[in-house]
Amino acid sequence: MGENSLLQAKTSVSEEPQPAVVIEPLKGWLSFDFHELWEYRELLYFFIWRDIKVRYKQTILGGVWVILQPVMPMVIFSIFFGALARIPSEDIPYPIFTYTALLPWHLFASAFFASSRSLVMNQSLITKVYFPRLFVPLSVILGGLIDFAIAFTVLLGMMYYYRINLTWAALTLPLYLLLTLLTALALGLWTSALNVVYRDVHHVITFLTQFLMFATPIFYPASLVPERWRILYGLNPMVGVVEGFRWALLGKVQTLEFSALLSLPIVLLLLVSGLLYFNRTEKTFADVI
Amino acid sequence: MNDPVIRVERLGKSYRIGQLQSHRTLQESLSNAAKLPVRALRSLVRKEAGRPSKNPTIWALKDVSFEIRKGEVVGIIGRNGAGKSTLLKILSKITLPTEGRIERRGRVGSLLEIGTGFHPELTGRENIYLNGAMLGMKKTEIARKFDEIVAFAEINRFLDTPVKHYSSGMYVRLAFAVAAHLEPEILIVDEVLAVGDTAFQRKCLGKMNEVAKGGRTVLFVSHNIGVIQTLCSRAILLQNGTVLADGDAAETVGAYLRRLEGFASQDLSTRPDRGGKGLIRITRVEISMGGNSPASILATGRPARFAFSVDRARPGMSCSFTVYDQFGQPVTFFDSAVHGRGDVSGLPDTSAFVCEVDELTLMPGRYRINAAVMWNGEYQDHLEAAAYFSVEQGEFGGRPAPQEGGYGNLLIHHRWITPGSKEALQ
Repeated sequence: MGENSLLQAKTSVSEEPQPAVVIEPLKGWLSFDFHELWEYRELLYFFIWRDIKVRYKQTILGGVWVILQPVMPMVIFSIFFGALARIPSEDIPYPIFTYTALLPWHLFASAFFASSRSLVMNQSLITKVYFPRLFVPLSVILGGLIDFAIAFTVLLGMMYYYRINLTWAALTLPLYLLLTLLTALALGLWTSALNVVYRDVHHVITFLTQFLMFATPIFYPASLVPERWRILYGLNPMVGVVEGFRWALLGKVQTLEFSALLSLPIVLLLLVSGLLYFNRTEKTFADVI
Repeated sequence: MNDPVIRVERLGKSYRIGQLQSHRTLQESLSNAAKLPVRALRSLVRKEAGRPSKNPTIWALKDVSFEIRKGEVVGIIGRNGAGKSTLLKILSKITLPTEGRIERRGRVGSLLEIGTGFHPELTGRENIYLNGAMLGMKKTEIARKFDEIVAFAEINRFLDTPVKHYSSGMYVRLAFAVAAHLEPEILIVDEVLAVGDTAFQRKCLGKMNEVAKGGRTVLFVSHNIGVIQTLCSRAILLQNGTVLADGDAAETVGAYLRRLEGFASQDLSTRPDRGGKGLIRITRVEISMGGNSPASILATGRPARFAFSVDRARPGMSCSFTVYDQFGQPVTFFDSAVHGRGDVSGLPDTSAFVCEVDELTLMPGRYRINAAVMWNGEYQDHLEAAAYFSVEQGEFGGRPAPQEGGYGNLLIHHRWITPGSKEALQ
């Protein structure tokens, strides 16, 4: 788009020669147009805003759903795993033990799921309007933060009820949140782009999400995992996130000190390769979607 | 000032035939990959790169070159499948070319389909912001233009109504208003105005004219040749993905019309540019006054006979056709699925349709028809310019029909009454 379009908005047509936009067949592996992403930055905001507006229109319970989504599994887990199966929870009341894990997990799972379908859901836009495609999965993932914030208030209420005080450790939460979002984005970039070409990818996503849920210490403590499997276990980025959340909010628990660090290279590798793959394929989305 | 704002050089775009048809499944690709790992991997990479592979390809555009200067209003014409929409998509960056290149200067506002950026649940107000942002406008810019957009679209009263409740006319008005007020240096408009009412169409054309007068460039696709002639100084005629003519709008339109006629004389079954599912195809269209009169010549006030042959008989199929005047404006429409008192049905599985007119009410001139066959609730065949015919001067209701080039193209039975006559007293 025109470099000076903002400045020209008033005078509308300038006599100065403008840098040309060149449209030609894809060459090379990387063609990110960072300038263009910046030019369109407000669209990212509008996409998030659209998704949120639409989500709360035409629903009876509106925001209540956002709270129910992590609260319902908490109730179920507390009954079956906490009360009946008596799964240990490191001396922390089981409901808050599992809810602290469900919060980031739900953020991750819904962001991953929604972003993987985002391009296909916006099919008509992609074939008729040009804009940076990256904003489609990205906006979905960032939009999940709003739901997270609402569900987080329930956690604060529970902490008050169980007399658990916030400590300075809570300041590390944004780091774990960032890791959650990056993980969802890394997987979302891969799967959303793959979904454009291969429509059966969403089966894989359902399965992968279920598997990851069991491979993350949501309804059990990470200390249940045998020592010799811990390194492998720690490769799942959500293990570090959940452990981090429990440590930052509830204190005490920290079985896998370095697990978050272990998964970091994996997340970065997935993210960079995901960006490359997305960038490589986005130019042909309109042809194959 | 006279630098080209768009320079298209040897542009080509090919699609793999399979690409248009179905989404592959991962399973398919994986099982292929298991069999022939190297080849499958290579094809995976190729495909995503949009490069041609060994699979059969069709060229939607081939070797297209032209330059457009600042302030030009250029019409792009051509039949369905000529590559018009593909060209606009590449110009708008929605898809990449397979070969060649385009240099483009300045902000582009493109309107390829009405209301694609709209979300049905959001209100008009919300959609103006969303759509504006999608077209590359800044929030402050939209806010500044907001009142102008609303006034142009004439939706003030419905500003806070979700657009799913809008009529299609309101949709078009709003979408066009947002795109036109983007103040693009290049405005690209596909055939979208056909949806709105005539008054609004005129308003849009006026706005496009205004955009052009302001020194900006307009690229415009339309089937409406009359509009192309009035609005554009220049027209580009595309056929089968290549530029056939490029120049003065009137001349190019003339070339286009001659082209269409050339096509119409051929055997229709071999025409590749057709729509519909294709289970039934129109093979022949014969137009006559009935009896042994020469084909394709009709006269005002005389009988006319339109006969359509299809290659396959299916019970329950129906035939329809639209008559267009020489400016590409639709004049009237006939449909065999809508029954009338005089209809005569013969065998249930006939492979011909005949439409008889006792008294032709068309004024003298050249006309074109688009014909279609429906079966099973779906279009089986759709042919643009399936046939041409001329209407000669004749007599209508006891009066000589007006000459060619008069006002309008329809005649209606009527009488004039002057005061003092017997009829006037009754």
